[in-house]
Amino acid sequence: MEIVLAIGIGVLVASGVWLLLRPRTFQVIIGLSLISYAVNLLIFAMGRLRVDAPPILDPAITADAGQYADPLPQGLVLTAIVIGFAMTALYLVLLLAARGLTGTDHVDGQEPDQ
Amino acid sequence: MKELVEHLVVVPIVLPLFAAALTLFFDERRRAARAAISFGATSIVLVVALVLLFEASDSGPHQGAATVYTIGDWPAPFGIVLVADRLSTMLLALTSFLGLTTLLFALARWDRAGPRFHALFLLLLMGVNGAFLTGDLFNLFVFFEVLLAASYGLALHGSGSARVKAGLHYVVINLAASSLFLIGVAVIYGVAGTLNMADLAVRIPDIPASNRVLFEIGCAVLGVAFLIKAGTWPLGFWLPATYSAASAPAAGMFVILTKVGVYIVIRLSLLLFGDQAGPSAGFGEQWLAVGGILTLVFGTLGILASRSMSRIGSYCVIVSAGTVLAVVGIGGEASLAGALYYLISSTLGASAFFLLIELLNRARGSTAAAISPPVFNDEFSDPIGDGTETDEVGVVIPATVALISGGYILCAILLAGLPPLSGFVGKFAVMSGVLSSTNMVAPLSWVLIGILTLSSFGMMIAFARVGIEVLWTSAEKQPPRVKRVEFVAIAALLAAAVTLSVEGGLAMRFVTSTSTWLHAPQDYVRAVLEPAVPIAEGAAP
Repeated sequence: MEIVLAIGIGVLVASGVWLLLRPRTFQVIIGLSLISYAVNLLIFAMGRLRVDAPPILDPAITADAGQYADPLPQGLVLTAIVIGFAMTALYLVLLLAARGLTGTDHVDGQEPDQ
Repeated sequence: MKELVEHLVVVPIVLPLFAAALTLFFDERRRAARAAISFGATSIVLVVALVLLFEASDSGPHQGAATVYTIGDWPAPFGIVLVADRLSTMLLALTSFLGLTTLLFALARWDRAGPRFHALFLLLLMGVNGAFLTGDLFNLFVFFEVLLAASYGLALHGSGSARVKAGLHYVVINLAASSLFLIGVAVIYGVAGTLNMADLAVRIPDIPASNRVLFEIGCAVLGVAFLIKAGTWPLGFWLPATYSAASAPAAGMFVILTKVGVYIVIRLSLLLFGDQAGPSAGFGEQWLAVGGILTLVFGTLGILASRSMSRIGSYCVIVSAGTVLAVVGIGGEASLAGALYYLISSTLGASAFFLLIELLNRARGSTAAAISPPVFNDEFSDPIGDGTETDEVGVVIPATVALISGGYILCAILLAGLPPLSGFVGKFAVMSGVLSSTNMVAPLSWVLIGILTLSSFGMMIAFARVGIEVLWTSAEKQPPRVKRVEFVAIAALLAAAVTLSVEGGLAMRFVTSTSTWLHAPQDYVRAVLEPAVPIAEGAAP
């Protein structure tokens, strides 16, 4: 399971960085999204990967921390997802404003050969 | 009554939040109501910040111990804490003061240049205050995002294609930096199992050797995120473009944003990597020292190469961040005290300079292109109309030109670090601290002293050059229309800087005790993890 997750995060980050370095604003926003997905997975993985372990205390199960998944990274991921979502939406607005004002979708607001 | 006082710590965060929400209830036509809410909230925050500053100082009721506020009354490593110690209250007071003055300046006309200025401004204030107060790394991330989201809106305030273009880069850089921030936080949590700064400081010596490299990688990634925000070379190329494109009050307030990055670097490197950190002690110091010195060089060269005043202002911000970071890297109690003093003085100076640039550009009017091509064309156009001023308070002050020039000279002296103002005192304190801190002065310290001196010289050249162009103009032109509030805002900032110089002894004692406090992180840890006052009996069910 670890190796699959590690490869997944790696592919997401690599694609994200490549897209981030592209000259079109839309490619940049997709790149940022991919990186934020990868980061969310990383935060989640930092609570250690567990199968069939609840993050919430259950009185029926004995109070042993080993029986449970770490709830904190899950809470952190939730916050990070919400914030990342809001920031992406904000960037989308900016992207459209820049497209409307400059007439191009190049990140510098002008085509390089002009 | 005593219980109410304990809740003061949370006011600088909660009050701007509610005030920002409140301003949204009034539409754009009810400007006076919005301005009143926003001004009232900012004033109260300033008063609260000053009270907290007094409480945290040596003469306060706690004799200089940190005030710890546990949110929801959860004990420290499990709940989120706010910590008001000397460093955070000092920066809190500085932020609130900058907030009040730049807001005052904005009330003259800039708050009409776009929608929801007051809400964004108050949220920015909330984010910065929260970042200074929090004692938890993930909470810090949340406040960082709050202040960044508000700053995106403020950077674009007034619109125009130049602002949108600069804003596009600013947002992308900061989103990427936020990802790095999260990666660092995640790795630190994965290794140490806590995100509370004080708890982290306790656990660092016990991290097994096999995990230590991973932990340090996490801290390094986190550090890179902060250095991006602080505008360090080579991560700070976004800064001049964004700051010089932003409207005057926004840029005046943005000066504090780089200081947030610098603050976290100071806080974490002294708290986590002090002498008690075992094998990790002194982690990253060399990088900070070299990076800071290179930033200083880059900023100075940028100032010399700048062809517009707002770019000079932006590079001054970079120089200020570089100086403080280099001192943190080189270390020493006395030099850090000097650096903190310098940080306050340079922040006040740079903020005043950004506000003054607006007036100077207005004064130069049509000859604006003489010194350089304008960076953004809409700076000179009235954001509200086409220059047909029908303002109710548009009083032309006869001595306008003299006052603007006087302000410019004060700013130049402050930022370049010439005697007798506080810029000089700060730089001198840094140099004397660096020289006195160890028996044998490291070569890097000599480099820093040399670069600091050359940097002052370079800034002096740049300011003199611009001053000749801007101030020695013919008297035929109409003096610019400057409103009283704009004067009051700039005068207050400069007066604060002058006070800082006159009351230098008092200020210096405070920063020295701050530096001593920062170099004894066990006190901070004890204050957070072992609350002195037990929870009131009978409070628990």
